[in-house]
Amino acid sequence: MIRAAIAICNVLLIACLAASIAVARAQSAPPAQNLRNKQAPDFTRQDLHGHALHLAGFRGKVVLLNFWATWCAPCQVEMPIFAAWQRQYGAQGLQVIGISMDDDAAVARKLVQRLKLDYPVAMGDAHLGLRYGGVLGLPLSLLIDRQGVIRARFQGETDVKVMESQVRGLLAGR
Amino acid sequence: MRLGRGEAASFFAVLMLLCVIPGRLCAAGQWAAPLPSSASSIPTSVLLQPEELNRLLQTPTAEKPLVLQVGSRVLFAEAHIPRAEYAGPGSQDAGAQVLRNRVASLPRGTFIVLYCGCCPWNRCPNVGPAYKLLLDMGFTHVKVLYLADNFGADWVNKGFPVESAH
Repeated sequence: MIRAAIAICNVLLIACLAASIAVARAQSAPPAQNLRNKQAPDFTRQDLHGHALHLAGFRGKVVLLNFWATWCAPCQVEMPIFAAWQRQYGAQGLQVIGISMDDDAAVARKLVQRLKLDYPVAMGDAHLGLRYGGVLGLPLSLLIDRQGVIRARFQGETDVKVMESQVRGLLAGR
Repeated sequence: MRLGRGEAASFFAVLMLLCVIPGRLCAAGQWAAPLPSSASSIPTSVLLQPEELNRLLQTPTAEKPLVLQVGSRVLFAEAHIPRAEYAGPGSQDAGAQVLRNRVASLPRGTFIVLYCGCCPWNRCPNVGPAYKLLLDMGFTHVKVLYLADNFGADWVNKGFPVESAH
């Protein structure tokens, strides 16, 4: 009887400890930096025009995956530049993909129209953010090579010249 | 009044700088940036550093603030400060209404900490309006968590505790 009670107490104790550790360290995904040189997590979404957007479908291209939101001022500085790159480098194999982290697709759609973005944009969510190691600050851009491997990560206000130089390098196969 | 040669040269040099600097700044970004956020309007005396808030939350005897995230619901769902509540993006009318409703019935002396961390501090559009709203409602004990870069860099990556809705 006493042994059974002790065993139950031990189980409860271990469960409590595990739960408290889980709450204290509920960082359910590794920091995004750790994804560098790893395969980009695949996803399928509908873009804002209702077309299917499958990341793996862009294998063979250099992908600039840009997480943004309408309330993010630096994002709005970058996005027209990315649209220009899409026009400039698209024939060489660049594909820009935007992921809006807004709560509401209507506001995202409005900004996409206002900025005349002509690359695919889809809505993101917490699940997708966590698969990419936690998108906990914007803007966040990832450069994915032709083999689908994440080669660079740019967080916050970025020197676009540096990013462009890396885009060119990946397009050239470096 | 006539200017001396040296004074005139200085005047024109300053004038040239005033003309050139904004142009260079715009050229660096290639596009005109949206208006600066209002986070810089928050007095430094009410800013709370991440270490201070974490200490406060971990100290059993300390007065526990009501912690409200006034940024994105998506980012909140990914990770937030334990026991923090989502209170809508402060820069949007709908968000302000969520915040207003949440605090409407609270005593005006309630200790409240606001945070966002969506973007670099000087670009955050949410904390400034949310802070002002609480002041306008008569709240007297409001602090704002200072997150220099974003919630990920300044809270999560520093190892402070977080909860996730997933």
